[in-house]
Parts: sequence; structure tokens; C-alpha cells
Amino acid sequence: MAVVTESPAPARAAPAPPARRSRRVNRPSSWYLLPAMAFFGLFAAFPLVLVLYLSFTDWTGIGTPAFIGVDNWVRLFENDAIWDVTWTTLLLTMLFWVTQTPLSILLGVWAAGPQRNRAVLSALFFLPLLLSTAAIALLFNRLFDPYVGIGRGLEPFRNILGTSSGAITAIVIMVGWQFIPFHTLLYQAAARNIPQVLYDAATVDGAGRWHMFWYVTLPQLRNTIITSSTIMIVGSLTYFETIFLLTSGGPGTATRTLPLEMYFRSFRSYEFGYASTIASVLVIVATAVSLVIVKFSGFAKMRSTMEGL
Amino acid sequence: MKTKPNYAAGALATVWLVIIGVPIYVMISWSVQTRDDFLDRGPLSIPASITFANIADVLDSGFMQYLVNTVIVTAASVALTLVVAIPAAYAIVRSMTWASSTMFRIFLLGLAIPAQATIIPLYLIINRMQLYDSLTAIILPTVAFGLPLVVLVLVGSLRDVSTELYDAMTVDGAGPFRTLVQLVVPMSKGAIAAVGTYTALGAWNQFLFPLVLTQDPSMRVLTLSLTSFKQEFSINVPGMMMAVLMTALPVFVLYLLARRWLIAGLAGVGGK
Repeated sequence: MAVVTESPAPARAAPAPPARRSRRVNRPSSWYLLPAMAFFGLFAAFPLVLVLYLSFTDWTGIGTPAFIGVDNWVRLFENDAIWDVTWTTLLLTMLFWVTQTPLSILLGVWAAGPQRNRAVLSALFFLPLLLSTAAIALLFNRLFDPYVGIGRGLEPFRNILGTSSGAITAIVIMVGWQFIPFHTLLYQAAARNIPQVLYDAATVDGAGRWHMFWYVTLPQLRNTIITSSTIMIVGSLTYFETIFLLTSGGPGTATRTLPLEMYFRSFRSYEFGYASTIASVLVIVATAVSLVIVKFSGFAKMRSTMEGL
Repeated sequence: MKTKPNYAAGALATVWLVIIGVPIYVMISWSVQTRDDFLDRGPLSIPASITFANIADVLDSGFMQYLVNTVIVTAASVALTLVVAIPAAYAIVRSMTWASSTMFRIFLLGLAIPAQATIIPLYLIINRMQLYDSLTAIILPTVAFGLPLVVLVLVGSLRDVSTELYDAMTVDGAGPFRTLVQLVVPMSKGAIAAVGTYTALGAWNQFLFPLVLTQDPSMRVLTLSLTSFKQEFSINVPGMMMAVLMTALPVFVLYLLARRWLIAGLAGVGGK
């Protein structure tokens, strides 16, 4: 998962120093950029262009992709399954956000407190971060197993992975278990940076704990909420092994998301051209969602939380 | 300021601790039981006796080979990432050319590329380069997709280095390379440690690139081996849990030794 809070405005890039000085100061040549550019260009940027080209080809994974025009795209739009898969992807993304954000904020603010017991407990909260996604998915796959799992003998929960809604619930629980600690970490750091003077002022005004949380803490966390949500939403669209190893997209195709559909169509059914069309849809959906977040959250012209101080 | 304890928040935190704790407890408890004990006793009950026989099962299934592969992939990914990213960040901050500011913008956009969407073209490219089924095939894209964030974090840290220090290096007659080695690297040690940890964790825990770019068991990495354990150990759940535990052990040791770097690495620049 890519993680960043760097402001998207590269406004500070290379401010020109006084000309007198720049003439005698040694500066690295642009060749210093070349190795990084080569890696990124060949193995990240070029594949992104190539996937679009491949979506117009027929390719079994062996030999040379054959150009066939828009056939794959026509097939994609005539196929109802792709809408179901897209819907499942968006539904899961929404459920992840709705469950993880409030809990992460509450736990992060709690963990930011100066009390000693909070520091000890919050160190334990981070334990899931030490496990790989594959390890977590396989652990939960066994935990939710009808024969050996923790629900064995407890009827409604026994076969949670066997029903559509159960499998979706299981994924939401597991992803929350894995990622809430990470987002808690972000909120903890942000909550620690809230100036104490704001709370002192609120105390003078007679504000209770709930008022302080609602009118001081939450507004101060605005930027972190946007950052955390962006990471969460863009990441959720592309989860692969999380779902692949927990449910394999099942039961049936109930939890099949865009990345899984792409994988099954390519490396399992050997329809690499059609799968590239799905990959292109994934890129388009991910980009569109990022743009929507940037536009409606005011990420680009983020207001300072220091105003009014 | 003395405040009364917040019981509601404390209750929430306790509930969360149980939610975090149960899967971890189950993983450890299952991993030290025999298969029969595990099936006879309830899933949450305390083990009657502790056995380490499951470690032998895991080792017999080729664990050491997969561990070596994973260590190679991780070490090479971190080394390559730092070797190409540090000069690039230095050039972006200091060279003030059109190329460097363009590169900065490209890396910002690069953060948004979903790696999952590129596995098919990567499979084609890696095949054409005759690299399919090698550890190199895993390392190259891992470095490429880590670079945007790593470069941006390093750029952020290098901007805090004052111009006077660069001027002092120039007065000493140092060229760009000596400046890089003697000023840039020492001044951004903290950021280098954080991005190094971030890259290492990503490389250690990755699943998709090894899945689609390798096939032979001799090239298998630990995350991938877990899925084969799952098939081989379909009835041996304790063995499976021990395997999961053993793949996480090195990360856990890192957590104990260098908690600060690990958290910084996990948070990326999130905490900055």
C-alpha cells in the first residue's frame, strides 16, 4: 500500500536562490536522476501504458499479443458480471471506510493521551502490523473455518464464509483488524500535535469532554481524516491477497473484486487481453476515485488547522 | 490539569484489545499443540501441553530455502532502492533543472499507480527480458513501485538541510559526489532508516509479484510458501499456524530492536 501525506502541490520544488550564489555552488547533474527514472519508467510507468494497449489485443500468455481492436471492451460492457464485480469492489470499499474511520479516530485520540497505561496498551494495538497480509488472511481463513475455527459449534457463526453476506462481513472484520492499527497510528500522531491551548480555552468556556472532542479534536484532525481516508479508499480498491486468500472471491463470485477478476481471467483462464481490459477499468476507477476525493475534500487547497491561533 | 478517568474510552480500548488479542492468542496457542490436542479441545481453550514438534514440520517443508529467498529479495530491494533514490532526491532538491522538477511531479503522480493493475504487462516484460522465475523478476518491480514514496520522503528531509552546509562543501572544493557521500547521506540518516524499513517491510510481506512472476519452488518466498503450507497442511492446522508465526518472527525481532524505525517505516510519511 502506498502511503503518503506529502502535499500534492510541488510549490516548494526548487526555489531559485540568488543568481550570484548559484553560479559558484556545485550542483548535481541531472544524471543523478537517471537510475531512478529508468527503474520507475520501465517497471511502473511503461506497464501502465502497455496494459491499455494489451486491452486491445488477444493474448493467451504465450507468444505475441494479437491486435483485435475494441472486441475486449465490447465484451466487457456486454457482460453483466463486470458490473457485479465493480459493485462488490465499491461496496467493500465503502464498508471498510465506514467501519475503520470512526474506530481509528476514537482509538487514536485515546492512545494520544499522556497516561502510562495508554502507551503500553497502544504498543499492543500495533501487533497486527507485524504480520503480512498473506499471513493474516490465512490466519482468518482458519479462524472462520466451519470445522476448526473459533465459531465451530456456534451455529449462526459457524459457516460465516459460506454465505455471501457472511463472507463480506468476514472480510470487513479481517481488514479492520489489519488496518485499524495503522490508521490509529496516524490519528495518534495528529492528536498529539493539537495545541494544548485550544483545550485550555475550551475548559475556560466550560466545555465538557464530548464538546471538546466534537468542537476541538475533530476539526483539528481534519487533514488527517482526509489523508487517512484517501489511503484507505485507494488501497481498498486494489486489495488482492486479502480477499484471494480468505475467500478466493467466494462463495460463488460473491466477494470477487476487480483485482481478483483480473487475476482469474489472466493467470487462471489465460485470457490476458480481456483481463487487461479489466486492469484498465481498475486504473480508471482508482484514478476517478482519487480525483473525486481531491476535488471534494479540498485536499489541494487544504486549510491550515493553525488558523485562529 | 487533573481530569477524571474516561471510562467509556477505556471500555472501548479494552474491547479492542480483546479483538486484537484473540486471533494472536489463537495463532500462538494452536501452533504449540499437537494436531489431536488441537482438535479435541475447544479452539479458545488453553493448551494442555506445549509441543514444538510443529517447527520440525515447517522446517521439513523447505522453510529455510524460502527464508533465504525472502532475505535476498528484501536485502536487494532495500539496497537498490536506496542506491537509486538517494541520488535522485539529491538532484531533485539541488540541481534545479527542468528534468529534476519534472521528475518530482512524475513521482507524485506515480503514488497513484495501482501495482495490481500492472501485473499482466509486467509478466510480459519480465518474460521478454528472460527473467521469469527468478528472484530478480520480483526485485525489479518491487523497487520501481517503492520509489515514488521513498524519493518524496527523502526530498522532504533534504529540504531541511540548510544551504550554508552545501556552500561550505563547495568552499572545501567538494564535487557533487563528495557532497552526496559526506553531507547528504549523513544529514538524512533518519529518513534513510525510515524509508529503508518501509521498503524492507513491503518487500518481505509482498505476495502478488512473487505469485505471478515466479513458479518454481526453488524461487518461492515466505508469503507464497504459506499458501503451499495451507495445501500441504490442510489437516495440520497447528503446523500451518507455526509457519505463519515463523514468517513473522524476523519482523517481530525488528520490532523489539528498532521499534522507532519500524513505526516510522510503517507510517511512511503518514506521521510526519
